[in-house]
Amino acid sequence: MPPWPFVIAAYVVTLAGGGALALASYLAMRHAEK
Amino acid sequence: MPTLHALANPARFLKIARPLTPVLFWLGVLLIGAGCVAGLTMTPPDYLQGETVRILYIHVPAAWLGMGGWSGIAISSIALLVWRHPLASIAARAIAPAGAAFAAICLATGSIWGRPTWGTWWQWDGRLTSMLLLFFVYCGYMALARADADRGGDGRIPAIYGIAGTVLLPIIRYSVVWWNTLHQGASIGLTRSSIDSTILWPLPIMLVGFTLFFAAVVLMRMRALLGQAKAEARLRRMARA
Repeated sequence: MPPWPFVIAAYVVTLAGGGALALASYLAMRHAEK
Repeated sequence: MPTLHALANPARFLKIARPLTPVLFWLGVLLIGAGCVAGLTMTPPDYLQGETVRILYIHVPAAWLGMGGWSGIAISSIALLVWRHPLASIAARAIAPAGAAFAAICLATGSIWGRPTWGTWWQWDGRLTSMLLLFFVYCGYMALARADADRGGDGRIPAIYGIAGTVLLPIIRYSVVWWNTLHQGASIGLTRSSIDSTILWPLPIMLVGFTLFFAAVVLMRMRALLGQAKAEARLRRMARA
């Protein structure tokens, strides 16, 4: 089983999840402080 | 404790949080980026796990923040119940979605690591099941805190739930000791590690980076909740006038 697709998938899941969390938090903050 | 009380004033808290949020965020992003480059290109593969060991650099910080987030909720809950700290409830509500997200990332990256290493995506063993339970407990907390805030509650019921939920933290920590699990035992301690330093060194960079990122997200969410509370108070004043 080639390991790299699993490694890349794990990093993509983490970075996408973290990015979505940060974006949602930033937009909520901007909206609330407007 | 004097510092905590000094921050009890939302205006004073915002004065500190506004400049601190971008600093923590960008420093965190920078360290995460450096840790990713180091973890993916500058360390050797493990003699047993091969290249999949690189998942460690994101899985361990996610587990740390999933559990650390709940510790933050518990501390905030104690601050609310004991000292009636006015920002404690806001802090706990802000931590919950971030902690839940990292608990979910921990489960997902662990599952992705498990497929090539164990030959299975999921196993109902002590560590995995207790971490999944923590994720569900986070979801329960978010629903309860939201319902409490909507009905104008004082946050005491979610705070009791937040303290009760800490029972899961030692279960997760010692699950690999108490039960014979597929998940390996603790390989990283406070003073020593069974992982070779040539593989381990990007991990502290990632741990610090993800912690700063988490702190920035929590500050953003606290600012959002404070902004909403201010807007709702303004609407109530207008309705009364």
